[in-house]
Amino acid sequence: MTALHLAKSALLAVPLWLLISSLLRFKPSWLRHLASLAAGFGVAALATLAMPPGILSYVTTFILVACIYAVLSVGLNVQWGYTGLFNIGIAAFYAIGAFTSALVTTKMPTGINASFTKQLFGLGLPFWVGVLAAGLVAGVLAWLVGKPTLKLRDDYLAIATIGIAELVRLFFQNERWLANGPQPLRGIPQPLSCLVGDGCSWLPGFVNSFFAPLAPRDYPYVYVAIVALVLYLIYRVLERAIRSPWGRALRAVREEEASAAMNGKDVAAFRMQAFVVGAVIMGLGGALYAHYVVSIDYSHFDPLYGTFLVWVMLMLGGSGNNRGAILGAFVVWAIWSGTSFVVDAIRPTLAAISPSLPARGPYLRLLFISVLLVFIVLYRPKGIVPEEKVVSLDRDT
Amino acid sequence: MPLLTVEGAVAGYGEMQVLRGIDLTVGEGEIVSIVGPNGAGKSTVMKLIFGLLKPWEGSVTFDGRDVSGMAPEKLVRLGLSYVPQVDNVFPNLTVEENLDMGGYIRTGSLAEQKERVFELFPRLAERRRQRAGKMSGGERQMVAMGRALMLDPRLLMLDEPSAGLAPLLVDMIFDKIVDINRTGVSVLMVEQNAKKSLALADRGYVLATGQNQVDGPGRDLLENPEVARLYLGG
Amino acid sequence: MERFRRAASGRTGMVVALAFVLLVIVVAAVLKGVGATQLLSLFIRGVLLGGTLALGAIGVTLVFSVLKMANFAHGDTMTLGAYLGLVVVTLLPKGAPLAPFSFGYEFIVALLVVIPAVGLITFGLDQLAFRPLRARRSPAIMFAMAALGLAFGIRSLVYIFWGADFTFFYTGRARPAVELFAGIRVRPDQFFILGLAIVLIVGVYLLLERTKIGKAMRATADNSDLARLSGIDTKRVILWTWLIGGGLAAAGGMLYGLDVQLRPEMGWWLLLPLFASVILGSLGNAYGALAGAFVIGIVWQMSGAFINPVYSQGIAFLVMIIVLLVRPEGLFGGKK
Repeated sequence: MTALHLAKSALLAVPLWLLISSLLRFKPSWLRHLASLAAGFGVAALATLAMPPGILSYVTTFILVACIYAVLSVGLNVQWGYTGLFNIGIAAFYAIGAFTSALVTTKMPTGINASFTKQLFGLGLPFWVGVLAAGLVAGVLAWLVGKPTLKLRDDYLAIATIGIAELVRLFFQNERWLANGPQPLRGIPQPLSCLVGDGCSWLPGFVNSFFAPLAPRDYPYVYVAIVALVLYLIYRVLERAIRSPWGRALRAVREEEASAAMNGKDVAAFRMQAFVVGAVIMGLGGALYAHYVVSIDYSHFDPLYGTFLVWVMLMLGGSGNNRGAILGAFVVWAIWSGTSFVVDAIRPTLAAISPSLPARGPYLRLLFISVLLVFIVLYRPKGIVPEEKVVSLDRDT
Repeated sequence: MPLLTVEGAVAGYGEMQVLRGIDLTVGEGEIVSIVGPNGAGKSTVMKLIFGLLKPWEGSVTFDGRDVSGMAPEKLVRLGLSYVPQVDNVFPNLTVEENLDMGGYIRTGSLAEQKERVFELFPRLAERRRQRAGKMSGGERQMVAMGRALMLDPRLLMLDEPSAGLAPLLVDMIFDKIVDINRTGVSVLMVEQNAKKSLALADRGYVLATGQNQVDGPGRDLLENPEVARLYLGG
Repeated sequence: MERFRRAASGRTGMVVALAFVLLVIVVAAVLKGVGATQLLSLFIRGVLLGGTLALGAIGVTLVFSVLKMANFAHGDTMTLGAYLGLVVVTLLPKGAPLAPFSFGYEFIVALLVVIPAVGLITFGLDQLAFRPLRARRSPAIMFAMAALGLAFGIRSLVYIFWGADFTFFYTGRARPAVELFAGIRVRPDQFFILGLAIVLIVGVYLLLERTKIGKAMRATADNSDLARLSGIDTKRVILWTWLIGGGLAAAGGMLYGLDVQLRPEMGWWLLLPLFASVILGSLGNAYGALAGAFVIGIVWQMSGAFINPVYSQGIAFLVMIIVLLVRPEGLFGGKK
């Protein structure tokens, strides 16, 4: 095992540790975490040794993107799964989170760059500030959209969110001054990228030298650890919130049992809270995405990638269940990525049918995923992991 | 042989059992009234007969044919017609269109049957172009009954025809029910207003807790002390 | 404040609000130095667009009132209609343009073929995707989600068969505009579009008001349980609802394609103005949808006088939000 293997295993151990410790249930928690960490590192080390570097890096990127989608899916779960809010404009909150974090963390372009890249501001602040700002702005947008629509029928909210997603995308496409649309906004900083570069000055020397074997192209190993941590934090906070009286109130709102227990004002407030919280999480997801791809433009946030896939993820995984939401993100992203290999494999057959067909192969995946959604709605509306009967932690139950 | 027979019917909604064994018959040309306190399952009996609910046990026979759980759109073709207690008109359709819809399954001209309904309810003739949703409660009840009569049914089923009406209108509606019956239509109704409906019924059934407790000729029931006891909460 | 609110949410208040929106648009345009001629021609273009939108909006509202579902696949049904029309036009031998229009007899044939075909296709999709949900009495929102799946499914088929680029019914054919009056120029095609839209809408009106099946559809929309109790054949009503809704959508899609261009995303983009029209005219009210479509069409086109036309969709959205804020039940809806 080389130093490079070791560094990669250590980073890959993070998502595995968090996964294993959420699957185990025993106490005390420090022991659980310790055991999971050990197990995670073990699995990571085995994988690092066993897989050719190319495959390993593909798998890492896969986990990374799936984790970002899982953030979106978990955010949608707060709105749809727990509260029954039909938001088809996930892309709006996703996009606004991505662009906000980009603007907050990039530096204002200077010199020759200033004529190529226009942006409203560039604060050059740290990653975590960008992520928090992304959540905040997405939350504010949600409040603005929710105000006129949340007290109305569910389908009105749906159509309003479709509208806002289209508008946000058009806005980032056409307003050059804001975020360089329609050109990409480039140079979004990557947190802890110093680990794969010259070393981070603020870290002790042995840490830097431990990660020194990593080259810049190994950055996804670093980022997957960060994204997994953020996802885990969101998951833990939500699990706690869902088991609180607040979570119970949301489910009551969804089941329309609410009218008996609370007045209309409370119902509206809970719907708004769930909508905003979900949107904040989607905004965080957008920020995570922006710092991963480094360069973003409006086209990344179209209804297919920004909204539709996330819906299929949550519906397949299981609405009303955070684990289901995360599982769904992984499964659907696996299907989505896997079908791309299938389309590649049948390329000759497609070419035999029609010469223009191979280029349109990717749309076969869209067709498949669309049919999948209809099938889920028809035959498996509860998803793979149905909603668990949640027992509230408060004393009176 | 009676026109309609319900034997040992047990039914309910989902897991909740409402009817615990109902037996009743309606003979050709009879007016039969089902009375009973709230929650006795009166409306459920109607829904059961009209196929909106499937019996768990027991059977419904109409004109010698087992019709248990038969869909309402098939039942109407056998000559049954049903007026629900609420939402019993098409509010955005005119009076005349409501009647047309009542005769939807009939082929040929509806004019003659419509005239008979207008004869029975002259008020509707005056307002034939008015939207049913804009009419008063009494007028709406007339539209609802008129719609049901358009089928020229053998058995007319009425669910609380007097509910929510002013006392004067209640008498009018009951008079109309007798008029309808005289044209040869058997009537089965469910009523909260026990006194009036039993007074005009040939026979009555008293329902409580999902079973029929007492039955007999309408006027006998009115004088039966047990009926009074059931109403006072037995 | 409360009194103001109540006044504003009346139907008159609503009309005043719309008039105000129009006034704001005109003033903003004038301030930007847009001439009266251009404004008027934008207005006329708005009316023309309104006709096309109405064809889609009536279908949305009809499906909503009879089947109680928000059909988010309706925009993509329009796309499907347009592209199927393209197939027919391409397959038929080309005839000369029917002067003064830019299209030949093939387009008319295509309309005649595609309208019933798409009507039947939407009914088929209903039987596959929505009927099981109805049988299970699924919540309304599950219908909307299945519709979303269908929307993306239809669009993916369009991508697969026709590619992602935009296209025209008659590539490269000139579509000259003629002067109407006072320098206002309109393409003859656009009159055909409006004319056909009006004919179809009148046809639907007659069908709904005069025929037995039309009345049965309205009855089912009003009270579907009572319709069943009256022996109305729900299956037939559903078939006709899709024949009309899907057929009109197909016509709308073809006409929009003739006027602008064909694009796989065109229907998805039209979904927002469609629903804005429908909500403005009160969900479930066919005549309201008609009025709403013209309002949205006019506001959409006229707003192009002073803002970047790419945001016209945003204006439709804005009108919808105003309606939702002031009078969510729409222009023609009764207060609950």
